[in-house]
Amino acid sequence: MEFLLALVIGALFGSGIYLILRRNPVKLVIGLGLLSNAVNLLIFVAAGLTRGMPPLIHEPAVRPLEGIADPLPQALILTAIVISFGMLAFTLVLFRRTFETVGKADLDELREETDQ
Amino acid sequence: MSVLLVLPILLPLLTGAATLVLRPSRLLQRTLGVAGAAALMVASLLLLAAVAKHGIIATELGNWPAPFGITLVADRFSAIMVVLAALMGLAVAIYSLGSMDAGREKEGYYPFYHFMLMGVCGVFLTGDLFNLYVWFEVMLIASFVLMALGGERRQLEGALKYVMINLVSSLIFLAAIGILYGAAGTLNMADLAQQLPLVDPGLVTTLAMLFLVSFGIKSAIFPLFFWLPASYHTPPVAVSAIFAGLLTKVGVYSLIRVFTLLFIQDVGFTHFLILLLSGLTMLTGVLGAMSHDEFRRILSFHIISQVGYMIMGLGLYTPLALAGSIFYIIHHIIVKTNLFLVSGVAHRLGGTYELAGLRDLYRLAPGLSILFVISAFSLAGVPPLSGFWAKLILLRAGLETGEYLIVAVALLVGLLTLFSMTKIWGKAFWQEPLQPQPMPHRTGGHRRPLYLLYLPMTALALLTVAIGLLAEPVFLFSMQAAEQLLDPAAYIETVLRGGR
Repeated sequence: MEFLLALVIGALFGSGIYLILRRNPVKLVIGLGLLSNAVNLLIFVAAGLTRGMPPLIHEPAVRPLEGIADPLPQALILTAIVISFGMLAFTLVLFRRTFETVGKADLDELREETDQ
Repeated sequence: MSVLLVLPILLPLLTGAATLVLRPSRLLQRTLGVAGAAALMVASLLLLAAVAKHGIIATELGNWPAPFGITLVADRFSAIMVVLAALMGLAVAIYSLGSMDAGREKEGYYPFYHFMLMGVCGVFLTGDLFNLYVWFEVMLIASFVLMALGGERRQLEGALKYVMINLVSSLIFLAAIGILYGAAGTLNMADLAQQLPLVDPGLVTTLAMLFLVSFGIKSAIFPLFFWLPASYHTPPVAVSAIFAGLLTKVGVYSLIRVFTLLFIQDVGFTHFLILLLSGLTMLTGVLGAMSHDEFRRILSFHIISQVGYMIMGLGLYTPLALAGSIFYIIHHIIVKTNLFLVSGVAHRLGGTYELAGLRDLYRLAPGLSILFVISAFSLAGVPPLSGFWAKLILLRAGLETGEYLIVAVALLVGLLTLFSMTKIWGKAFWQEPLQPQPMPHRTGGHRRPLYLLYLPMTALALLTVAIGLLAEPVFLFSMQAAEQLLDPAAYIETVLRGGR
């Protein structure tokens, strides 16, 4: 399972980086989305995968059983998802505004201008 | 005492929220904006006093005990950074009253300004790596808005570059956090400091490099600095000034924190690399500054070269060197913010930021010229101003450790900084007008009293002089802060026994 997910993460990172190097702003945003998902999966896998042992405490017990899944990375990922969602939404709006102002959807049009 | 740790985060949050609600009333927003910044200033000074008196203080949020819950910690280094953030927050808030246009004020300049300060203070006070990431994002999203606010074409283009590279840096940071958690099983920095020696040293060094790249982008070190001069000169000058003063220093703070507390297993490799990067950062920054002719862009390149000095102390990794870094940060935040503020007034008087278009400012505004000279000479390291002592400590530390090459580079860069400052002086302030010209009148028509601009600039310039003349207490404080950083045992103990 780890091996499979490692391949998925690698593919996501690879395609994300490929996309953020494109000149098209839409691809750039998609690339950012892929990268943030790759990182979320990376946190998930790096913290160790546990199957079928949810971190729940059943009624009479006061502490969870041994060998349960670690709930902390999931909390981290949840936070990271919310943050990257907000960031992505902002980036989309910023891109739209920028390319409406510039008039062309091409990152090479954003060359440094020598005007004041 | 724990309330002192929460206040620097809570006060900007409340101010930001209140100004957001009071957006219809410009007067209330402006009053509250400054009052909130002043309250933050008082709170940060109280925190500094408490830390100076009791040593490191820590508090557990929600009463979750230390390695599990989120801890807020303040040692001397954190406390002085919070004080500097609050000081710049107050100075630039007052300056904004006189320089920010009504449109941006209405669109929410003050709320985001304070949310950004909250993020900055959060970074300085947190004791948990994931929480550090969250504060970084709070700071970043607020700074994104501030940079793009107003929506001019140049601004949007600058903001785009700034946003993209910072998001990538955050993703690297987050990935490093994920792997670190997998390796060490904790994200509390004090706990990590105890667990990391048990982790495979190869993995730890790899993680250290991920953190170096991520924080390196945020603090604009070589070769990761290109976003900074492409964006910092585009927003209104008050925004430029607070960014220049605080944001890259947040990256430097994080670098110093993780490379004194966590990644100290392989100092010979990691810290040598930092030292190497610091030399290249200084040199490329100052060369970039020399090749430009726009006031704020020159200053932006100088930020890069100055960041080189700050991490030079980290690379040398001795108590004196770290004290030099801390002294340098204190000096730099004040001076650099002030230089940007001066460039704003120059822009108002001359109508442009291009040195070719600015002339004769000395005759138009002798007071401004004096403020510029004080800050510029301090930046270059002319005695007896604050920059001289900062450089002296670093050079001394370099000589003591026998790193003569970096000392030579630092001296050369100081000289080139002076050259580039005299270029601004010679062109913008000293040069006589070609022919007697009528005073350039800019359109825009929001003439506001100049004293709102001169008040913070004068205060910051006086502070620079004061640090220069009374360098000893500042140096002693930096030295104690550096010793605390290099002896993490007290930090770890305070955090893990819950600040009691």
